[in-house]
Amino acid sequence: MKVSSNLERILTSGQFAATGELGPPKSAEAEVIHRKAALLKGYVDAVNITDNQTAIVRMSSISVATMLLGIGIEPTIQMTCRDRNRLAIQADLLGASALGIKNLLCLTGDHQKFGNHPTARGVYDLDSIQLVAMVKALRDEKKFANGEAIDTVEPRFFIGAAENPFADPFDYRPYRLAKKVAAGADFVQTQLIYNVPKFKEFMKRVVDLGVHEKCSILAGVGPIKSIGMARYMQNSVPGMDVPEDIIARLKGVPKEQVRKEGIKQCADIIREMREIPGVHGVHVMAIEWEEAVAEILELSGLLPRPRV
Amino acid sequence: MIKAKQKPIAEIKTLIAPYRNILILGCGTCVTISFAGGEKEVGMLASSLRIAAAMDKNAQLFTEATVQRQCEWEFIDAIADQIQKADAVISLACGIGVQALAERYPDKVILPGVNTTFLGMAIEHGVMVERCRACGDCILGLTGGVCPIARCAKNLLNGPCGGSQRGKCEVNPETDCAWQLIYDRLGKLGQLDRLSSLMTYKDWSKDYDGGPRKIVREDLKL
Ligand code: SF4
Ligand code: SF4
Repeated sequence: MKVSSNLERILTSGQFAATGELGPPKSAEAEVIHRKAALLKGYVDAVNITDNQTAIVRMSSISVATMLLGIGIEPTIQMTCRDRNRLAIQADLLGASALGIKNLLCLTGDHQKFGNHPTARGVYDLDSIQLVAMVKALRDEKKFANGEAIDTVEPRFFIGAAENPFADPFDYRPYRLAKKVAAGADFVQTQLIYNVPKFKEFMKRVVDLGVHEKCSILAGVGPIKSIGMARYMQNSVPGMDVPEDIIARLKGVPKEQVRKEGIKQCADIIREMREIPGVHGVHVMAIEWEEAVAEILELSGLLPRPRV
Repeated sequence: MIKAKQKPIAEIKTLIAPYRNILILGCGTCVTISFAGGEKEVGMLASSLRIAAAMDKNAQLFTEATVQRQCEWEFIDAIADQIQKADAVISLACGIGVQALAERYPDKVILPGVNTTFLGMAIEHGVMVERCRACGDCILGLTGGVCPIARCAKNLLNGPCGGSQRGKCEVNPETDCAWQLIYDRLGKLGQLDRLSSLMTYKDWSKDYDGGPRKIVREDLKL
């Protein structure tokens, strides 16, 4: 075991993991975090805290994660390469580890153009794969990015990476995932999956490469709240693949039942994920709809969560 | 070559507002080729500014000149007389030319008339694209001759981000995804295995992060 976080223990014990996500507020309000956290507590194995998600300034991932630790929820911090160079990232990770944070998801980050400070300078000193390699060297070799030794306590994280099976070139995606795992990723959380057949094809190739034996793959899922949201994701979110039949199912119910149907649909996708070889868990993203998570997991037969 | 775009006329008018005798100085090299600051553009800008001055009833006088290269002392020394006579020079050269003038004529007001935009080429008439960022440590030999520093919006070194779709970049659907191009090129060259090895942290100290750069060639010094 590398850090013995709850997430790592669940995955190592061979059980199907379920993680959640919490988006920090665009303010210094602590109250809202407690409110959202209460909706997730006990229903998921760890909670991702996004890092300036979609390049919009929000409360920092590490500070929200620290609040979650205080209320007994295991956080997974996210770290993007967009906002910090290698000095800032390492400094933050030393601090995060000292605060007791054990899971880390390494990301390149959405381009600043999409956010609320589009004229900001993007950093991109490292890319996400280099970030994974750096975090692994900090942990396993006790070395900073410049090769200097860490004299006393090294930061230790269960290292996560993301992958979008639906981005192009499709043929390269499994190899890119393999590269992330070779760089040191212990677990992977994917982009939201709505095109299940395409994801199955992706996973088949991942399994052929043997990548699923070297890291745990958590399939990204999330409920759709409205037809408008589905269309928006389909047309305007780069790298998202929302097939027509997903939207057709939501259109097939009366308007006031769309949310309910979205929850059921998400649970159905989770059931399918459980059957795909090489998938070790799901990552449920219900940003600004945290109350849906417990119901989705209940419907998909993933509650109660195992204690390990 | 260096690509540039002329500044909006309103901005140029504001820059030159305090001055009476103004020299509009073009450059015969990169900005000529990018249709931003050659002899022709000097002429067009001068006519527009003369018309604007007449309409605003101000007494500004414009003279025009173009040198072969504003980034070389010998060419800007050759027009010392004209520069001395002007109250201000509006240079249509790239930022290098503007600074060469400012250095050579310390007591003269030198103003930029173009926005220096990037290092690139015209892929077709009227369409200019960025190709290099002068990072100081060229990796084109590893990336199939396509530059991910200048052409990937996140200057990624280890393959395409999750936003690459149908060959286009998530940041601008009009722009090709550099990593799709690299993938296609390496495929044709039979070098796709290159994409499996980790490209390590880039040495940005050779880029502008190391401070202004300088090349000294002792063998060429006189
Ligand atoms: S790698 Fe550097 S030097 Fe080479 S083309 Fe790209 S920016 Fe220019
Ligand atoms: S879509 Fe391609 S070019 Fe654009 S940021 Fe991503 S990898 Fe770079």
